Amino acid sequence: MSAVIDDHGHADHAHGPAKGLMRWVLTTNHKDIGTLYLWFAFSMFLLGGSFAMVIRAELFQPGLQIVQPEFFNQMTTMHGLVMVFGAVMPAFVGLANWMIPLMIGAPDMALPRMNNFSFWLLPAAFLMLVSTLFTEGGGPNFGWTFYAPLSTTYAPESVTFFIFAIHLMGISSIMGAINVVATILNLRAPGMTLMKMPLFVWTWLITAFLLIAVMPVLAGCVTMMLMDIHFGTSFFSAAGGGDPVLFQHVFWFFGHPEVYIMILPAFGAVSSIIPAFSRKPLFGYTSMVYATAAIAFLSFIVWAHHMFVVGIPLVGELFFMYATLLIAVPTGVKVFNWASTMWQGSLTFETPMLFAVAFVILFSIGGFSGLMLAIAPADFQYQDTYFVVAHFHYVLVPGAIFGIFASAYYWLPKWTGHMYDETLGKLHFWLSFVGMNLAFFPMHFVGLAGMPRRIPDYNLQFADFNMVSSIGAFMFGTTQIFFLFIVIKTIRGGEPAPAKPWDGAEGLEWSVPSPAPYHTFTTPPEVK
Amino acid sequence: MTRHPHVWMGLLLWSIFSQAQAAWTVNMAPGATQISNAVFDLHMTIFWICVVIGIIVFGAMFWSMMMHRRSTGQNAANFHENTRVEILWTIVPFLILVAMAVPATATLIKMYDSSESDIDIQVTGYQWKWHYKYLGQDVEFFSNLATPAEQINNQSAKGEHYLLEVDKPLVLPVDAKVRFLVTSADVIHSWWVPAFAVKRDAIPGFVNEAWTRVDKPGLYRGQCAELCGKDHGFMPIVVEVKSKPDYEAWLAERKAEAAQLKELTSKEWTQQELIERGDKVYHTACVACHQAEGQGLPPMFPALKGSKIATGPVADHLNIVFHGKPGTSMAAFGKQLSEVDIAAVVTYERNAWGNNKGDMVTPKQVLELKQAESQ
Ligand code: HEC
Ligand code: HEM
Ligand SMILES: [Cu+2]
Ligand SMILES: [Cu+2]
Repeated sequence: MSAVIDDHGHADHAHGPAKGLMRWVLTTNHKDIGTLYLWFAFSMFLLGGSFAMVIRAELFQPGLQIVQPEFFNQMTTMHGLVMVFGAVMPAFVGLANWMIPLMIGAPDMALPRMNNFSFWLLPAAFLMLVSTLFTEGGGPNFGWTFYAPLSTTYAPESVTFFIFAIHLMGISSIMGAINVVATILNLRAPGMTLMKMPLFVWTWLITAFLLIAVMPVLAGCVTMMLMDIHFGTSFFSAAGGGDPVLFQHVFWFFGHPEVYIMILPAFGAVSSIIPAFSRKPLFGYTSMVYATAAIAFLSFIVWAHHMFVVGIPLVGELFFMYATLLIAVPTGVKVFNWASTMWQGSLTFETPMLFAVAFVILFSIGGFSGLMLAIAPADFQYQDTYFVVAHFHYVLVPGAIFGIFASAYYWLPKWTGHMYDETLGKLHFWLSFVGMNLAFFPMHFVGLAGMPRRIPDYNLQFADFNMVSSIGAFMFGTTQIFFLFIVIKTIRGGEPAPAKPWDGAEGLEWSVPSPAPYHTFTTPPEVK
Repeated sequence: MTRHPHVWMGLLLWSIFSQAQAAWTVNMAPGATQISNAVFDLHMTIFWICVVIGIIVFGAMFWSMMMHRRSTGQNAANFHENTRVEILWTIVPFLILVAMAVPATATLIKMYDSSESDIDIQVTGYQWKWHYKYLGQDVEFFSNLATPAEQINNQSAKGEHYLLEVDKPLVLPVDAKVRFLVTSADVIHSWWVPAFAVKRDAIPGFVNEAWTRVDKPGLYRGQCAELCGKDHGFMPIVVEVKSKPDYEAWLAERKAEAAQLKELTSKEWTQQELIERGDKVYHTACVACHQAEGQGLPPMFPALKGSKIATGPVADHLNIVFHGKPGTSMAAFGKQLSEVDIAAVVTYERNAWGNNKGDMVTPKQVLELKQAESQ
């Protein structure tokens, strides 16, 4: 099968990439656009990471040393926004662009011009967002959750640019999601039935539906803010008969599905990587698909677990506690399936596998603290403390970010045609692993001891763990520049990669040569 | 002293150890109320459940990582489903969660029952301080951060209760059911005292209820737990729980003070007296935004030094302090400060940092303004 495609891909030179800068500006090729998304996401990861370094440097010791509270709040806000909307989400869209057509045997994404547009909206949005840091009055300083009225009546002038930026990101995400759905539902190769699709494709299909459902809610939320700020409405202002709590309901109706948007594609990628290096088929494919769907459904009815202390009525409180506990069941199923996939396999630990195994273990730790947070009475003590910061970094850093690293190492040979340097990859893993745990594990302790989040200064009793945490953060942060070096080295040279560099790997993407030709599957492959 | 060196050594070690304990705290404290103890128990139960599940799952993974490596010559098995196991690990976690939900529900119901309180206190969040009002008692006051700026800016050594100390703590009697009516005058804050397991958002336009019944007298410290702007990290909560007689004595004292304050309003003040008092008021109520030298933090917070209003007509100056400026963080201090304090702070601002207007506002003028408003 693959031989046929090889010949075709190289026979026709008219279909090669254009030369120069315009190749990237005008491209409609899913691989080019995937590459653009991945580089954009990585640069945002470094930018958001450098904001985190400012936060950790200020928190290295008690007292105000480096920045003033006003700027500190801008740093936490920008760090959160840039990481969520600039690093994690675009990285997953990049992976989707590269891999979904290759995995389902499609020649490209279904809507290539829209694909180009949805990418190029992002640099515009972030340029605008980040530039507000240099304006008089400063950038957004109300947290990535931008609760009203802090983000409306009491906001700096730059909030209007923030709203516009969020709109652009939202449009970009919705278009990206529509593209993914259209591609998966229409362009599968003959024989690629839904239940034969790799899990990455499944989880992205479900993620895309989540995006289409909730990004408009976010857009509505910021539009109401805009109206309150500039057009005299009072959606969120109690003084005018509005309701600040309404803001939180609307925000978290978007926000909770959003956290699954940031993790489901990683679930999918890891579900390809663990079987590959265990040399054993994924355990419970069908239950994985159903568990993902169940998680996606439940993610719509748990939003108020972020609001246990705002004073919702007792029945509401109980409902959201039970629903949240329930979501642990399908999540558990996934973890058990990954562990069973490894059981009695023939395991090797190349870099993608190291990141994938760390993903399962550390994500589970984040899941455990999530389970604790679901217990509403206990959440009265956890809410808005560093325990929560620890929790969501355990699901986001070893979850989303390690999932992305695992994917990057797994598919780099396919993208570049070269093997990455295994020793350097392993070093990157171990430094990230140690740094990440040093940075985030102590946050559980200071949180339980009573340290609130989003504060630039703290009592002496929290000093020691904060110092440890900052050291870990600096270690993790610096290590990521090393990753940049590894990737550039792999692009520029290295051992040539065969079409299928991993002996245990499965899937259509390994049937095309490495690097994948500019056009693949122009005639659909036959899937048995 | 020298005869028992081992005793001293022991004490030294103990003090180092206990200090280290304090600095390296890793867990929640059980707290000082029945509810906080129940919450602590829930926390520990769910924690141990997680530990057990973790040991089983991670144990299995580490076992595979050790025993099922290719380098040990392992050949991969080929199983990829097992309906019985899959049903089992859906149902067992479900049952564990149900078992966990039962005590959590019971505790939550208790936390929500704020009926039949002995004392009602209205807690209002302001940017960036707390206001306490004892309902039906004619006692109310603000509670501000007491940590000096030099400590925050590393110009002097930090005290033990750095950032967790206030000028006037909330005072409660021991063993009485106290109901808190929590609200806010500007943005959302959250009133949190870990030892009581009470955390309630203070939301403008809403009144949230919470309650506590403290078992032991003592000092309990907490912090605002919702991002509320620049000084969110600098609005601590201190609660002093006293025995019933001590509490009554304290309450009587506060009432006497309130009466005295009324007298102060009618007293004849000199400009110098007002400036001295205004200096103190300014440095608790205004300094956060307008800064120590009146230089402000433009453009968010304007300078008062040489400002048009602070050097213009008295009436305009008094007006903005009294009514605030809606839609900005400049609050209406007419509702927050006494007549004397408003007169004092305005007089101070007009004569500090080279503003040198030489004029003054008397408490009586402020009272007249207040009375004119309430008609
Ligand atoms: C939470 C921050 C904050 C605090 C605390 C605060 N102010 Fe202000 N103040 C402001 C802001 C913001 C303005 C500008 C309002 C506007 O846009 O006109 C202002 C304006 C003023 C002005 C008018 C200045 C001018 O030239 O426009 C005066 C006078 C003033 N404040 C006095 C006070 C006094 C007296 C206090 C203490 C009792 C105080 N402020 C406390 C934020 C604050
Ligand atoms: C480079 C490693 C990282 C470090 C050292 C780090 C550090 C921190 C710290 C210390 C905070 C708390 C700030 C505060 O409450 O005062 C924070 C908040 C946050 N982080 Fe990170 N972080 C890192 C990576 C990430 C990643 C990869 C993501 C995710 C996608 C992320 C998402 C967030 C979010 C959403 C917040 C909340 C922001 C807010 O409070 O509004 N972080 N981070
Ligand atoms: Cu959530
Ligand atoms: Cu606050």
